[in-house]
Amino acid sequence: MRVSARTRVAAPMQSVWEIVSDPTCVLQFMSGVTRWEVASDPPTGLGARYRMLFRIGSAEVGGLIEIVEWDAPCELAWTSVTGLDQRGRFRLRGAPGGQTSVEMRLAYGVAGSGLSGWIAERIAAPTVGGHLRRSLHQLGRLVEHQQQRERAAARKAAQTGS
Amino acid sequence: MATAEVSGPARQNGHVKDPAVNGGDVPAGRASLLTRVLREVSDQAKRRIPRADLDERDPDFIRERLPLLWLLASIWFRGEVRGLGNIPESGPVLLVGNHSGGNMTPDTHVFTLAFSTYFGAERAFYQLAHNLVLSMPALAQLRKFGTVAASPRNASRALEAGAALLVYPGGDYEVHRPTWKRNRVDFGGRMGFIRLALEQNVPIVPVVSIGGQETALFISRGERLARLLALDRMFRLKVLPISLALPWGLNVGDMLGHIPLPAKITIEALPAIDLHAEFGPDPDIDEVYDHLVRLMQDTLDALAAERRLPLLG
Repeated sequence: MRVSARTRVAAPMQSVWEIVSDPTCVLQFMSGVTRWEVASDPPTGLGARYRMLFRIGSAEVGGLIEIVEWDAPCELAWTSVTGLDQRGRFRLRGAPGGQTSVEMRLAYGVAGSGLSGWIAERIAAPTVGGHLRRSLHQLGRLVEHQQQRERAAARKAAQTGS
Repeated sequence: MATAEVSGPARQNGHVKDPAVNGGDVPAGRASLLTRVLREVSDQAKRRIPRADLDERDPDFIRERLPLLWLLASIWFRGEVRGLGNIPESGPVLLVGNHSGGNMTPDTHVFTLAFSTYFGAERAFYQLAHNLVLSMPALAQLRKFGTVAASPRNASRALEAGAALLVYPGGDYEVHRPTWKRNRVDFGGRMGFIRLALEQNVPIVPVVSIGGQETALFISRGERLARLLALDRMFRLKVLPISLALPWGLNVGDMLGHIPLPAKITIEALPAIDLHAEFGPDPDIDEVYDHLVRLMQDTLDALAAERRLPLLG
């Protein structure tokens, strides 16, 4: 089952990339994620691994995931190594007015689970979709607040300098 | 948890004193025939109990069944499991739970799902179950989930293998307690699990659940009935429960299971207890037992205080 959500963030791509690619920021914006721990050295980049959990219904599902695409500042994709089968992706593209279009995709399932898996995936889809939309909304707020803070700091520095 | 051995009745003045047979006082001829029949039935039942083979646990099978468990736990029981972070990330651990819900044991389903998704189906996780449960052909799949017959030997083997082991000391005695005693932890004085934890030097994680005893109206354990029918000697069954449950109405024995009512199941895993660190190098079993039961009862009381309505939670 594949679920996706899109948003537009009033910030340049690089600023959005710095947040989505930083494992210490994930818990700040990803809705439903209860755990996102670095399980590799180096902690970021192609091949980096994280132990993650995502609350859906009565269970926290997830497992070990690995970054399989790392094309800064445009594409970041991961796939599961253990646990629930999943593929996730952040797709960042420039938009008019210095904004960034962000798409988040998550494909999930359990191979071999048959009819019960098919039903469970569809029943979980609205919850997963809601988490993705909230995640992007929170990502937008996080990036835009950071932009505001940086602009305020720059203004303050300019006033102090003059 | 201990396997009961069938022992021969004591003979006095040509009569056989056997509490399982006719109140314990019957002519020797009839008694010996009855005893032979009971032994034969008991032996047949024992032969049907599969030998514990830890290798029967199948992580791929568990993984493929997780969506089914998830549907059951999330939609039917609206399961909520807290405190899984209190369970050590690796190594052997004894998970000690209070047991509810009759033979359908909804709390076990909800906890198995939560454990298997949180730690991954790869982490070895076994559950002890009554011999009779494992001897039922329809429940053979339970062995693939890591369910093994309840015996001290099987428990030790699982812990020696570095696995997490879930035990319900109250067993059949607790799981069939009347519904009006649903919020009481009742292990019936069974302390074997503490000796096991001490022998294996593993931490205990108390696992407290609520809601299971609302999945049917449990009326009586039927202990007298079980004794009268010699079930305790034949099958290690101390109870012959009587309940009102779907789809049977009056349900005696719960041997065929029942359709559990959709009660909300809430489970909380408490911080791990290192018995030697907390109770000294030679802990007093009774003291540990009292502490654990009190701790679990306090948690169960708190969970009960959160519930506004039966079934709905």
